[in-house]
Amino acid sequence: MIEFINLNKSFSKNLVLDNLNLNVSEGKISAVLGPNGSGKSTIIKCLLGLVLPDSGQILFDRQPIRNTWQYREKIDYLPQIARFPENLAISELIKMITDIRQQQGDSEALIELFELSPFMHKKIRHLSGGTRQKVNILLTFMFNNPVIILDEPSSGLDPVAIIRLKDLIHRERDNGKTILFTSHIMSLVEDLADEIIFLLEGKVYFQGSKEEILQFSDKPNLENAIASIISGDIPDPLKKKHLANYL
Amino acid sequence: MIRALTIWLMISVAPAFVKAGDTLRVGASSHFKSIKAGLLQAEKGDVLLIEKGFYAEGTILIDKSITIAGVGRPVIDGENKHEILQITADSVLITGLQIQNVGVSYTKDFAGITGEKVSHCVIDDNILLNTFFGIYLKKAKNCRITNNKIVGQAAKEISSGNAIHLWYCKNIEVLNNKVNKHRDGIYLEFVDSTLISHNLSEHNLRYGLHFMFSNHDNYIGNTFRNNGAGVAVMFSKQIQMIDNNFLNNWGAASYGLLLKEIYDGKIEGNTFSMNTIGMYGESATRISIAHNDFKQNGWAVKFLGSSMDNEFTYNNFIGNTFDLTTDSGRNNNRYIHNYWSKYTGYDLDKDGYGDVPYRPMKLFSYIINKSGSSIILLRSFFMDLINFAEKVTPVFTPATLVDNSPLMKPYHD
Amino acid sequence: MIKILKYTCFDMLRSWWSYAYFLFYFVTSATLLNFSADASRAITSLMNIIITLCPLISTLLVVMYYYSSREFIELLLAQPLKRSSLLKGQFIGLAGSLSLSFTFGLLIPFLIFGLLSSENIINLSTLIGIGVLLTFIFSALGYLVALHHENKIKGFGTAIFIWLFMAVIYDGLFLFTLVLFNDYPTDKIALGLSFLNPIDLARIIMMLKLDISALMGYTGALFNSFFGSNTGLIISVAASIIWVIFPTHLFLRKAARKDF
Repeated sequence: MIEFINLNKSFSKNLVLDNLNLNVSEGKISAVLGPNGSGKSTIIKCLLGLVLPDSGQILFDRQPIRNTWQYREKIDYLPQIARFPENLAISELIKMITDIRQQQGDSEALIELFELSPFMHKKIRHLSGGTRQKVNILLTFMFNNPVIILDEPSSGLDPVAIIRLKDLIHRERDNGKTILFTSHIMSLVEDLADEIIFLLEGKVYFQGSKEEILQFSDKPNLENAIASIISGDIPDPLKKKHLANYL
Repeated sequence: MIRALTIWLMISVAPAFVKAGDTLRVGASSHFKSIKAGLLQAEKGDVLLIEKGFYAEGTILIDKSITIAGVGRPVIDGENKHEILQITADSVLITGLQIQNVGVSYTKDFAGITGEKVSHCVIDDNILLNTFFGIYLKKAKNCRITNNKIVGQAAKEISSGNAIHLWYCKNIEVLNNKVNKHRDGIYLEFVDSTLISHNLSEHNLRYGLHFMFSNHDNYIGNTFRNNGAGVAVMFSKQIQMIDNNFLNNWGAASYGLLLKEIYDGKIEGNTFSMNTIGMYGESATRISIAHNDFKQNGWAVKFLGSSMDNEFTYNNFIGNTFDLTTDSGRNNNRYIHNYWSKYTGYDLDKDGYGDVPYRPMKLFSYIINKSGSSIILLRSFFMDLINFAEKVTPVFTPATLVDNSPLMKPYHD
Repeated sequence: MIKILKYTCFDMLRSWWSYAYFLFYFVTSATLLNFSADASRAITSLMNIIITLCPLISTLLVVMYYYSSREFIELLLAQPLKRSSLLKGQFIGLAGSLSLSFTFGLLIPFLIFGLLSSENIINLSTLIGIGVLLTFIFSALGYLVALHHENKIKGFGTAIFIWLFMAVIYDGLFLFTLVLFNDYPTDKIALGLSFLNPIDLARIIMMLKLDISALMGYTGALFNSFFGSNTGLIISVAASIIWVIFPTHLFLRKAARKDF
């Protein structure tokens, strides 16, 4: 459903995406991982049309997305930083996004799930960071679209909310949605990801299941596996295998 | 009131009319079929009554001291060829006529009514239309021109004359006339001891009122508007200019009042409004300028350096783009107790006069004198800045050009 | 676009900025009307304030709004919206709500004081017209600056410089040029240079109403034909509208090629 083909992008001489190729598995939860500056948020932004690639193309439903915006009707996006117009109340914000998206959204269940009802008529500027993030999640999940993109979804959330978020994500996957997310919290990745996409130096270094990454890195858990990949003491075959797989 | 006064004056200055004379009637159904026929029979002191009708008899010579009065406004037409009434006798009264279509000549000054070397003539309540010159007096004395309406069709200065033209005259009164669309509305050359009062002069090509080489004259309560320039007073002495209105004279060489080579006059109680230059002075000397209103002119006053010893007191300068400008680095006139709407000073001792001096000439006025097109920077922030700098330390503008005791509120009498 | 416009206006209506801006003009014009002998003098003073302040406030407000809503703009850009519609909507919303605050702030005191003679109405509406034009022009310039600089400090610095240049420095250079070429007929240069600065243009539109008697005092033939008829007004207004369209086009083009 989502395909990146020969994608290149540099920000003022700084190469961020180096001929990147990626096919996001449909109907799965994919975690995009990688060290800082590896291009995680760049590919997400490219997919959303926020960043324009220098060359290559992105296919969404087999259609190139360049210079179009209609495909975004099928994407629900959770941005990393939850900053909304300070003078709006949550209820107004929900109305506004619904109005802009021109889609029917179901916010009731989510308001209940994240216990937001006491805040519905408060101005955003009076809300704590965690509550804002809940609002952020609400705005993402209230619509029923086939693709969900989450940028650091758990940031600022308390453990209870994180558990509910995980349930929510699993439920959406079970509904057949394609979910792409980034996170620095390995436990979250471990609990959620069906597939891991590991980016390094602007390329897809690894794409596969958790089991595969553990198996090939020969480490007991995901955190150590990732660390060893980043520090470079991972056997070459892994890389080769997966590049071969991909190509 | 003015009408009553006029009648009273008419009786008092022209005793000849009081004496009973015969009345001769001119008209299609009357004894005399033409004006000329009536005139032939008339004698000194007679009244020639001209009935409503149309009379085109070329130039009509009036050489007897008689009264010519129109009944029902008869029309006397010059067929665009002739001058019409020519007065050569004293004590002639002409009233109630409509005189129209005066011939245009480039060599002779054709007029609707001409009087030469006459005295005690009265020209009252006539309508003059499509005139070259309207009323033209040469070497006349003690005459009165009152309540006439004179409308020309002046298009070019060279081919147009003046509505009321006085040359070498003395003791003339020009009251309550309306003069329109000529070269000059009222023109005086070598005219002394004359009163010009309550006339309305508008839409004339050159000046509403024009003095040349005339002394001891008064003009009071007139309105001059939409003329090429309002009033020009040149090479004259002792002119009293009181309670007149100078309005809407726009253009590059356009003034409300132009003073050139004049001495010892008085300019009081006048209103100068919406003129490009309200009052322009070139070698104007020893004039008292007081109690005038200068409102919304481009320049309220432009006095060249050759103007000296004039005194500006108790004038109101309100909403003019520029209050004052001069071309000289020195100031030879006195400004005191005027009201300047741009004044921003204070009056701590509450005596009605500001405690800090006002400098009516801005640096910007100086710059415009040097580079005219910089007027386009009028009201810009940058100009305000340099005006302020100049105000603090005058370098380019005359340091003594200052009102040391400006009024805090507009002057009212 | 209309939706974004609506929500931007709505957001502005909720912020103290709009009210502060409204209040500033309200108090200023009420004070001036109260203390000036006649309304035309107050209008002159208001004009001086408007041609300096409208540009400053609109540029700064737009730059500030952009930086502070940067993340939200990203969120909106991820919605099924056209990029240009989003920015157009926001731009018109911002400039429009500023214009509204300004218009009401100016208008209400005139209504309260009952100073609506036909002359005042013409002058006041000209004043409001140039204020609105300047607000739109400088809001567009504000967007251009903000989109150009990721760095807030640089963005604000550039915005203030642009204002300072247009409001003050430009006219200094302008005058210098006129004095330098004093021996030549300079009315073409003068008119030409005025069209390159929207603040000068706004000033000229106002001068055509307030100072026509002084403007007629200059003998340049071009000036006379320009100022002496409605041509001057029509051309100046047209040029101001181009000044709205041109930076708007530039910032939309910049936005179309920008990575958020």
